[in-house]
Amino acid sequence: MNLNYINHMEYLPDMEILQSDVMERVLAGVAAYDYNQYTAQDVERVLQSTNLNLNGFGALLSPAAQPYLEQMARKAQLETRKHFGTSICLFTPLYIANYCENHCVYCGFNCHNHIQRAKLTTEEIERELQAIAATGLQEILLLTGESRTASSVEYIGEAVKLAAQYFRNVGIEIYPLNSEEYRYLNQCGADFVSVYQETYNPDKYEQVHLSGHKRVYPYRFYAQERALLGGMRGVAFGALLGLDDFRKDAFATGLHAYYTQKKYPQAEISFSCPRMRPYIHNAYNNPNEVHETQLLQVMLAYRLFLPYAGITISTRERARFRDHVVGMCATKISAGVNVGVGGHEEEQKGDEQFEISDPRTVDEVDAMLKERGLQPVYIDYVRV
Amino acid sequence: MGDQLTLGGYAFDSRFILGSGKFSLDLVRAVAEKGGAQIVTLALRRANAGGAANILEYIPNGVTLLPNTSGARTAEEALRIARLARAIGCGDFVKVEVIRDSKYLLPDNYETLKATELLAKEGFVVLPYMYPDLNVARSLVDAGAAAVMPLAAPIGSNKGLATKEFIQILVNEIDLPIIVDAGIGRPSQACEAMEMGVDAIMANTAIATAGDVGEMAAAFKLAIEAGRRAYLSGLGRVLEGQGEASSPLTGFLED
Repeated sequence: MNLNYINHMEYLPDMEILQSDVMERVLAGVAAYDYNQYTAQDVERVLQSTNLNLNGFGALLSPAAQPYLEQMARKAQLETRKHFGTSICLFTPLYIANYCENHCVYCGFNCHNHIQRAKLTTEEIERELQAIAATGLQEILLLTGESRTASSVEYIGEAVKLAAQYFRNVGIEIYPLNSEEYRYLNQCGADFVSVYQETYNPDKYEQVHLSGHKRVYPYRFYAQERALLGGMRGVAFGALLGLDDFRKDAFATGLHAYYTQKKYPQAEISFSCPRMRPYIHNAYNNPNEVHETQLLQVMLAYRLFLPYAGITISTRERARFRDHVVGMCATKISAGVNVGVGGHEEEQKGDEQFEISDPRTVDEVDAMLKERGLQPVYIDYVRV
Repeated sequence: MGDQLTLGGYAFDSRFILGSGKFSLDLVRAVAEKGGAQIVTLALRRANAGGAANILEYIPNGVTLLPNTSGARTAEEALRIARLARAIGCGDFVKVEVIRDSKYLLPDNYETLKATELLAKEGFVVLPYMYPDLNVARSLVDAGAAAVMPLAAPIGSNKGLATKEFIQILVNEIDLPIIVDAGIGRPSQACEAMEMGVDAIMANTAIATAGDVGEMAAAFKLAIEAGRRAYLSGLGRVLEGQGEASSPLTGFLED
């Protein structure tokens, strides 16, 4: 079957279908969102209010809010302090495989990009985990490319079990699964799931996901719900900023998180804010109109809309930007990062997904946080 | 000592319980000292047995640890977290927090009651964090709680005594110590709660978000003491409406 002929809005066999109206609500909300309608007065009114609704969130993401970035930052910092105090969580990602069956035009792992592919063996994973654990980190995020064939659920499950021996908190960022598969990985020791929709615009989504299971928009959209039904503690949302209209995508991301948390009140939710980055064989992949100003506007709008949500700041951003957003709006930061396959203890076995901008070690990030009056938190969850 | 706070048979001179979850660990010692706090809470989920930044190392000697069960979504989970706390040397005190709402972090009274019952049976000194509901508070007494910890406003909101009337009802009706937890944003609100007859105040965010954390802890100490002394001395009468009628309505009575 040529996957190019997949209707991107229809499920494939074996994909679990949930009874949920969240996608319809998000798509309707974004369709009605016209960010050019907001004025400076709207933004000022929103900044004075204490209860931000969907409309207020829309105003903060609008071009009219851009001159109010300083006020937004001050308000965001207060909210962050109220909900998180000075605590900042530390973690690192570990890529265990980079095989991928999808053709996503913006991604270095895409199946047509000629890069060094690799998959760590169980022994290699364990050595990597030991090397990372030696840095003092207690939270790890396991990542794979999106290939069920090369990195099966069972393979990932074994990696999670190993990780749970060395880390108190194990998250996964892998291809979307059915709820029973999420339940299996939860039983193996994972409790947080990150899946990014990349763009919420179905037309754009179709254009940039040329083949592979990832082409199916609704299955990816409902990954967070399936993860929560599978017993996961929390889920992360994100759009790849710069891929399409970032204001609409950020608005949709906020709505997606908002409606999901409303349906599953116990769920912990968080945001990631990746921008497009250059990758091997595509040095010109860039975030288009999403400069640091726009990125910060998005992060601040997330913080003010859902002040209790976590926000993770990626190593895609440079150190100085990261240092200033932690505590202001971001609550979680990666450190000691290598985005190739392996490379912590073993020699890197497979190529990286994108170029990172902040190579600092765990100790260096820990010292930076303390210098800024923030409290590095290595573990914030007890699994019982 | 005269006026002491008694929890599960243990007596404390201070009525200020310091939350430690929201500020830098290396400040805990100084803040506890400046605030005169003899009880400091500890989120077990932050306590790294053997790992980096072990919070236990930052708690001053002579201070009673009050581990909380934050992160628990059910009574069963709270029980397991409390057992873990006891196992790593946190003592017998436990503050029950059972929360199934990531947005407002409001306590689930039903699961909290179940957890209190289970923990009291295992010999813990149980301090349940709850939404101020009189019926639940009575059940918590029956379940073996050592105090009741009603919220004043949502955690971290610094909104003050939003549930004032209901806390007053608990003060009036419940024979256990009432400790106001969550929502107290400034010393004056802590003082007001103490004037109402509340037995102790727990604060975290209000101190953690202050410009000078130590000074704010000291301010809370003074406010809590002032409120307590005002309560013990009997607040002066506050005349309502137009004042007292010059001709009493009951002046006709002849006995």
